[in-house]
Amino acid sequence: MIPAPFDYVRAGSADEVVGALAEHGDEAKILAGGMSLLPLMKLRLATPSVLVDAARIPELSYLRDDGDHVAIGALTRHRDLETSDLLGAECGVLRAVAAQVGDNQVRHRGTLGGSVAHGDPASDLPAALLALDATFVVQGPGGERTVSAADFFLGFLETALAPDELLTEVRVPKTGSSGFSYQKFNRRAQDWATVGAVAVRNGSTRVALVNMGSTPVRARGVEDALASGASIADAAAHAADGTEPPSDLNASPEFRGHLARVLVGRALTEAQA
Amino acid sequence: MEVAITVNGQAERHDVEPRTLLVHYLREECHRTGTKVGCDTSSCGACTVLLDGESVKSCTMLAVQADGATVTTIEGLAPGDELHPVQQAFQDHHALQCGFCTAGMVMAAVSLLEEIPEPTERDVRLGLEGNLCRCTGYHNIVAAVLAAGAKR
Repeated sequence: MIPAPFDYVRAGSADEVVGALAEHGDEAKILAGGMSLLPLMKLRLATPSVLVDAARIPELSYLRDDGDHVAIGALTRHRDLETSDLLGAECGVLRAVAAQVGDNQVRHRGTLGGSVAHGDPASDLPAALLALDATFVVQGPGGERTVSAADFFLGFLETALAPDELLTEVRVPKTGSSGFSYQKFNRRAQDWATVGAVAVRNGSTRVALVNMGSTPVRARGVEDALASGASIADAAAHAADGTEPPSDLNASPEFRGHLARVLVGRALTEAQA
Repeated sequence: MEVAITVNGQAERHDVEPRTLLVHYLREECHRTGTKVGCDTSSCGACTVLLDGESVKSCTMLAVQADGATVTTIEGLAPGDELHPVQQAFQDHHALQCGFCTAGMVMAAVSLLEEIPEPTERDVRLGLEGNLCRCTGYHNIVAAVLAAGAKR
């Protein structure tokens, strides 16, 4: 399978990416690692007429201690996340989730920003960033703005990014090296999660779900139950409350609801340990 | 667009369409057909090559993305007439049946051993999760990679 023809533009800086997007409008797509976009283009489910290659901007690949948070450049690869000592010490959950994305080959190419901007509810990292209440830094023609994870994921493959904007940085709060869990259920080792559950303890406990709706979702029912003193088992029973899980070859909505309750229970147990 | 890629130590320079996949570039422009197209959907890993020393799936990468990089395919692994230690271990442990996944398996294993020089069995199984053997011959593949690791 070969993608439909496109014009290829190689950008050397964030400004050049934004400039190219302004020039080509919504006919253009940004290429980072390509681990999500290229498969869609090969299946001709995505047919951008211009591909803006942002992967050669070294200034957008970094992990930096920024006081109360860790700042991560959008082009930082999953491989860099899963081997980062800084992330392991200050935000262990993100390091652990990054290590479960795809397989080694995918993690060598895929980037944090690419995964976030793609907005796939079946992806691991967006749910983790939602549980962490991460902040996204976005650059557009009018300058820079920040968007919270809660306001970022709008629908299936739909985010708050405008067609002329580039995600440049992800900021995650320091939640420490322990007190978290990521439980992922899939049929084959490298598959997307049929359902996934992230739990992070940082004062209160926050829980987010993978593939339980058209976006990554917070399990508010679980969080509220825990806050009012419910046991793990009682809280986990609320995991699927208010969700609209998809139906596909891997699972029915009912099975996904069951998986969510089981996985959240396991995640809360491990996060507490 | 002209791309310059060092393939197995040899400087290659070809004019390609931007949509050319790296695996097709290697097979059709560079005539290195050791790298296989398997599932063509980034699942099976038969197309795995090393890009600047790290395993990648060449069916899910454009040749233009590798412009300026160094690519190693299965043909470039052995320095001379002797097999690379991972190739030798695959032979010693009979780690192939039909052989279609082998080039990708070996390249993924070489990259894995660079990152984890002395892996456990679990490390190997997790590290090769991106490579499928349609003969389901995983047992000997894992044994070969463990043996190659132990010899390093």
